[in-house]
Amino acid sequence: MWAQPHWAGEAMASPAPQQGFVDPRVAQEFPGLRLRWVTLAARPGPSPPALRDRLRDLSNRYRGGSVVTMRTKPIPQAFRAFFRQIGLDPDVRRIPSEEVAVARLLQGGLRSVDLVSDACLVALVETGVPMWALDAEQIDSAGLGIRVVAGGDLVVGDGARTCCALFEHPSPECAVAPRTRRVTLFTLAVDGVPEIHVEEALWCAVDLLAPGF
Amino acid sequence: MGGTVLPPLVQDPGHAPAPTAPGVATDERAARRTLRDQIARLERELADAFVTAFPMGGLPQPVPTAGPARLLDLGELEVVRDELAERLREARETIGRRADEIAEKRLVLERMLLRPADYKFVRISRRELGEPGCGAWQVRPRMGLIGMLMGWWQVKLSSGCPLPGGHGRPLTRTVARVEVRQR
Repeated sequence: MWAQPHWAGEAMASPAPQQGFVDPRVAQEFPGLRLRWVTLAARPGPSPPALRDRLRDLSNRYRGGSVVTMRTKPIPQAFRAFFRQIGLDPDVRRIPSEEVAVARLLQGGLRSVDLVSDACLVALVETGVPMWALDAEQIDSAGLGIRVVAGGDLVVGDGARTCCALFEHPSPECAVAPRTRRVTLFTLAVDGVPEIHVEEALWCAVDLLAPGF
Repeated sequence: MGGTVLPPLVQDPGHAPAPTAPGVATDERAARRTLRDQIARLERELADAFVTAFPMGGLPQPVPTAGPARLLDLGELEVVRDELAERLREARETIGRRADEIAEKRLVLERMLLRPADYKFVRISRRELGEPGCGAWQVRPRMGLIGMLMGWWQVKLSSGCPLPGGHGRPLTRTVARVEVRQR
């Protein structure tokens, strides 16, 4: 059971995870590509000891051998194939779950950054589905989705603003900052990633940021 | 499972799909779908090859390329597919070559074990045999110089990886300084 953090009183009733829009051209090419997002009241700050302990426990899941064979597992495999299909080489620009695994091996553990980043990290390690956090105040009411911009680049953004390139970290304007009071979490899933993993990732992070939803 | 379609108000009018002759767009879409399936299959096979090759010393790393995620056209998908096929071919060649080298080393080891005197001081590491760890098989004389003179040869397996801190109690900085001065 998580210790009740000081900001728990700010948690508002959580809406159900929302489906992000996908540009029709992208949806036509990648019918399995989807974005799910949810907004909740949370602010960045140091992670509670229980979350840091959980990260330490999760670090023990990784062994050299398991990281080598990770790419043959279904979910990393699905992301690797998708990376190839959108012009990224997963051996150079690693998929999120492999990036975390390699960082774990190099650093000797999963490092705690702050509450929001740690919640996203736990969700990724638990499910293999990547998750990012944005400052909800910077997102307009149309919600988040995947768009195509000039040159065919794939980006994540709302109706007007681009928040980040696909599978990249959010731009400073949209990223969670000390001023943030509400956080929008979003995940990306591709063909071959079961929906239950996506939902699990979202709920895992939501539960860490606002226990008791 | 698929994502929702962008609402009309949010769609960028500047990126509306260009009208094409009926049939042509469909054919190209089918071709792109086929290429994406081929890429996914090649990626699976390359991942398996990577895992197979890892204990043999791994595969060469690809040349880093920069660029954001984007929608690839038919030609670019073909390039990706061809490069993957080429890398898979090279990976299989590497695995085949290393498997041959390992088989050759194993044969030498068998002969060393049968007739150590014919392979004096020959050393084969476990890595050369495709095994994990730092040990090595070596033909050494029994009882040192006496064994050399008498022709008593034996094959010995060294005892694994060296300890990270070396043998014995680690020297403190003061003790180490004193020892250096005494020398």
